[in-house]
Amino acid sequence: MALLEIHGLKKAFGGVQALSGIDFHIDEGEIVSVIGPNGAGKTSFFNVISGMFSPDEGHIIFDGDNLTHHLPNEITRRGIARTFQNVRLFPNLTVLENVMVGQHPRTKEGMWGTILQTKKQRAEEKMIEEKAKEVLSFFGSRLAGYRYDQPAFVLSYANRRRLEIARAMATEPRLLLLDEPTAGMNPKETIELTGQIGDLRDKRGLTVVVISHEMKVVENVSNRVVVLDHGVKIAEGDYDDVSTNEDVIEAYLGRPAERSDDE
Amino acid sequence: MRNSPYTRMLGLISGVVMSFIAAIGMVENFNKRVLIEPFVTMGYVVVLAVPVLIGILAARGKPSPLEEPARDTGPNLASGLVAGLIGGLITSVFVALVDTFDMTEFFPSMRPAMVEEMTFGFGVPAGLLVLIAVSGVAGALGGLIFAQSDAIRQGITQAVAWVLGVALFEAVVADIFEIDFLLDLIYAKNGGLQPWAAVIIGALAWWLSARYRGTAKQFAFTVRDSEPKSRIRRSLIGIAILAVIVLPLLLGGIVNELLINVSFFILMGLGLNIVVGYAGLLDLGYVAFFAVGAYGTGVLTSSFSPTINPGLSWWFALPIVMGLAALAGLLVGTPVLRMRGDYLAIVTLGFGEIVRILLLSDWLTPYFGGAQGVRQIPGIPVPFLGEVSGTRPELFIYLTMIFVFVAGYIAYRSQNSRVGRSWAAMREDEDVAEATGISTVQAKLLAFITGAIVASFAGALFAAKVGVIFTNSFKVLTSIIILVVVIVGGMGSIPGVAVGAFVLIGILGGPTSQGLLFEFAEYKLLIYGALLVFMMLKRPEGLWPSVRRSRELHGDELSQDAWLDKAGEFKEDDAEVAT
Amino acid sequence: MTSTATKLPPSGRRFRFNWVDGFLWFVRIAALITIVVGITGSVQNFMAGEGLSATQWRDLLISSTSTGLMYGMIALGYSMVYGVLGFINFAHGEVFMAGSMVGFIGATLLFDSGFWDSNPFAAVFIVLVISMITSTIVAVLVERIAYRPLRNAPRLIPLITSIGVSFFLQYAFAGLFGFSTRSYPPAPGALGEEIIIFGIPIQGTKLLVFVVAIASMIGLWYFVSRTKAGRAMRAVAEDKEIAGLMGIDVDKTIVLTFAVGGAMAGVAGLLWALLFRVVDNLMGFLPGLKAFTAAVLGGIGNLPGAMLGGVLLGLFEGVGPLLVLDGLGIPAVSQLKDAVAFAALFLVLIFRPSGLLGERLGSEDRA
Repeated sequence: MALLEIHGLKKAFGGVQALSGIDFHIDEGEIVSVIGPNGAGKTSFFNVISGMFSPDEGHIIFDGDNLTHHLPNEITRRGIARTFQNVRLFPNLTVLENVMVGQHPRTKEGMWGTILQTKKQRAEEKMIEEKAKEVLSFFGSRLAGYRYDQPAFVLSYANRRRLEIARAMATEPRLLLLDEPTAGMNPKETIELTGQIGDLRDKRGLTVVVISHEMKVVENVSNRVVVLDHGVKIAEGDYDDVSTNEDVIEAYLGRPAERSDDE
Repeated sequence: MRNSPYTRMLGLISGVVMSFIAAIGMVENFNKRVLIEPFVTMGYVVVLAVPVLIGILAARGKPSPLEEPARDTGPNLASGLVAGLIGGLITSVFVALVDTFDMTEFFPSMRPAMVEEMTFGFGVPAGLLVLIAVSGVAGALGGLIFAQSDAIRQGITQAVAWVLGVALFEAVVADIFEIDFLLDLIYAKNGGLQPWAAVIIGALAWWLSARYRGTAKQFAFTVRDSEPKSRIRRSLIGIAILAVIVLPLLLGGIVNELLINVSFFILMGLGLNIVVGYAGLLDLGYVAFFAVGAYGTGVLTSSFSPTINPGLSWWFALPIVMGLAALAGLLVGTPVLRMRGDYLAIVTLGFGEIVRILLLSDWLTPYFGGAQGVRQIPGIPVPFLGEVSGTRPELFIYLTMIFVFVAGYIAYRSQNSRVGRSWAAMREDEDVAEATGISTVQAKLLAFITGAIVASFAGALFAAKVGVIFTNSFKVLTSIIILVVVIVGGMGSIPGVAVGAFVLIGILGGPTSQGLLFEFAEYKLLIYGALLVFMMLKRPEGLWPSVRRSRELHGDELSQDAWLDKAGEFKEDDAEVAT
Repeated sequence: MTSTATKLPPSGRRFRFNWVDGFLWFVRIAALITIVVGITGSVQNFMAGEGLSATQWRDLLISSTSTGLMYGMIALGYSMVYGVLGFINFAHGEVFMAGSMVGFIGATLLFDSGFWDSNPFAAVFIVLVISMITSTIVAVLVERIAYRPLRNAPRLIPLITSIGVSFFLQYAFAGLFGFSTRSYPPAPGALGEEIIIFGIPIQGTKLLVFVVAIASMIGLWYFVSRTKAGRAMRAVAEDKEIAGLMGIDVDKTIVLTFAVGGAMAGVAGLLWALLFRVVDNLMGFLPGLKAFTAAVLGGIGNLPGAMLGGVLLGLFEGVGPLLVLDGLGIPAVSQLKDAVAFAALFLVLIFRPSGLLGERLGSEDRA
């Protein structure tokens, strides 16, 4: 059974039909890329899966559970985490705190424990901090050491993207949705992150869906590629098939203009 | 810079402000209080502080990111002089108008006595020239001060501050150092310092500041940069706590009464701090929770309360009252969960008012006493000491302190915990917090409920203290004053709340109580409003900011370069990015 | 490649419904039931000849509507500022108060000299101008000093600042005028008498309120939709940044917004003072809050909505207690008038948060 199964997902925002009946599935351990021209509905797709918006029609089934219409925090609790196209960190919290927040759905100490400073609460706080550091270590020394206590807004753009991914990882997800993770990075950083996405699968056992506009990344990372255009899936398959698919090319580049008859 | 539009504008502002201060009667009222025998009275100090400050600003010139302000005696003095003169001119025109036209029907404070004061007793027209001259001199003085080196300016500031402090807080000084002959020595018979005493205190303060400036700064930095659990932190906190505990025994009844009022506001401030500062929910109806605490206690403990009067002991009533407050927090919080920040503020304000109106109404008089309120509320029973209420302030303050510590502890612990982080995340970006697995519904309700419970502590204590409660004490005014305390002190900062409460309630006075400077009673609300605006414009993080807040509000000043310096070396990954 | 009939696991839920929504529905239904029961009770009372007579109800409707029109005029200021800058200008109630208080000086002087009674319309007009100018100046000064520097600050900060300004103005005016309440002279000439319109006797001042309010509304509508400045205002409200790029002087336009809102409040200030005669430094607080409620009720950012909201709120608070609460048997319902007004805000926000005629927010503020 697929880890995530989506049937007939539809969502309209005002007059705009962002998603017009999307079917999608991903098996555990796969990395699937979602591509498509601007306005295809890719981010809306993520928004609906992650619970930010409720679909007008369709179902989202994750690991056998029907998660349609659930609230975002519930969906994260179940094991789907995401990053945002325009990196949304908690700018005034430190790097470490940003990631520690990610542990929220996996921990449970509330007000009582905090006030009474029970053993359980102190142990949990310690564990949260250690887990956060462990997650940050995925990015080597880039977000370690003196960086722990830096407020997030001083980080460079690439580091911010990494931090956001780290925060998502801290929620201990099974499925990770990355929305244009390499956008704005220079070639060197892009290559590094592409490799790291692979590590997410190989070393951390995560299943990943990646939205990207950069075909190199898509080519290097994906088991499978899904192409959206105008809210509909127009192609699916491995990179080579999809990149030569006529409909896909037409969606991106358009059709050659028709010649007039008196030629 | 001497005669620039900026200087002229400052002069204009100076004139308007001075006229305003005179128009509301501040000069006349404050001049009754002598600071330094025989001429330096509070009214003149306040009104002439304006041209001095304007003089400093005029000398500095329009702040620009490109140039450092030039400290050059000649031009600085001139700018200050010009600004001062313009201000004086405008003010004297105003005074002349007041002298010519009788406007007391509309503006009761614009009367001959005011003219008298403003012309330094010389009357119109000679006094007007004196006024212009004095204002000019004050402005020039400001310019002159600006032109001095850092050390000298520090010295002057310290000297002025200490002299003013000793003069203004004569009552407290007398209370603490009950050495009569010394007091008679430095203070004059009708109040105020003897001039030579003022000189000595000023000189002493200057010398001390010069001598120990370095040491003081070092110490401040050590404290600020110390690790949370270090020896230094702990011993400082220990000393502070010890001082706070011992203090009431040293002070007389009046000051204790004042401290109790301050403590109430610290308590409520801590609660509101959790709602506004931690969770970012602007609750303007916070006073309603205070009312729940007070009325709940009143009804449950007083044997004379109408209809419901189980006549419980205060301690038994307390958990019930806390429960009621928690319920109230839930009821207020749930409907506003989905509302935008501004709407949340007004709706909560509405809730607060609805509660007050209902408590006051004839409809609910059978339960809450209507306009009469609930009376004969017994004090708090303490073993061996009987019933403690406001009649024994030196004991009552200890009871208040216990709850202040409890509230402070709750606030402190929740700040750096999972709960606190979820609030901070929610405050930063609600949608993302939700996406990171935080139930914003739970987080918001928890904040409301916690805040409500803390307010109910204050309410319960208040009921026991005064013995009679009516809705007068639960107006929007109080909610706003608590907000001012929290914000001026430092939103989200626990020491900030204490600082705010001491400075505002202690010195200026609360909504229904007087502060140390009781002359300000008429004007304190005006000052609160102005202070709130000023803080928001110049120092929104408050007097004693929480670390997060100052990051948030001055983030543009902290650049990555500053952090690189701190790190010491130029990490290789950053070098790669830079190329 | 659509999947065939895969058996769907049991649904977590049909809608995004949780106990919060349940609670809100409970409140909505409770409110509706209360209102219906209350009205039924009042109707029964009326049939039995108890409570208010028909003429009293009629007069109540007229009073409530005229008060509501004044709320509407103040609400315009709130609506415009929220539409353009995205925050509630708490101090707007004090802008209203300022016009009234300074107008008081004019009114008293005119009254003492006899001009007030000998040339009623000229006198009222003069005081109207004084009130409008004062309110406009105060509004513009406040924007310049307290709000402009905070144009880019995080959202709560301008709101808190406006609370500070409101506070400051309340007590600055108390400092100047003293704390006691003042009285305007009684309405002069025809304004003080009852005039019969369509067979209904209506107090002159109330009629004036109707006329002035409607005239102002028409004037404002014309200004906003037909003039260049009005277009600029709408553009800036829509998207400040783009408007600036199109060559509109954003700062000037914002000043204009405050000025127009202030002027409207000044008119309302004069009308209020003529009608109720009592003015003091705190007179702006409650009407300010209620006017904001009216703005939300009509749809924030929406000018006709603000006017409509005002009238509805006036009716709600004037008629509501007697119509609904009295029918429920609650004693002394007029004490609860303000509580009803606040409850109205709450009810609007849970029944129809975008207001009756829909919100018009800038692009920065839209969710």
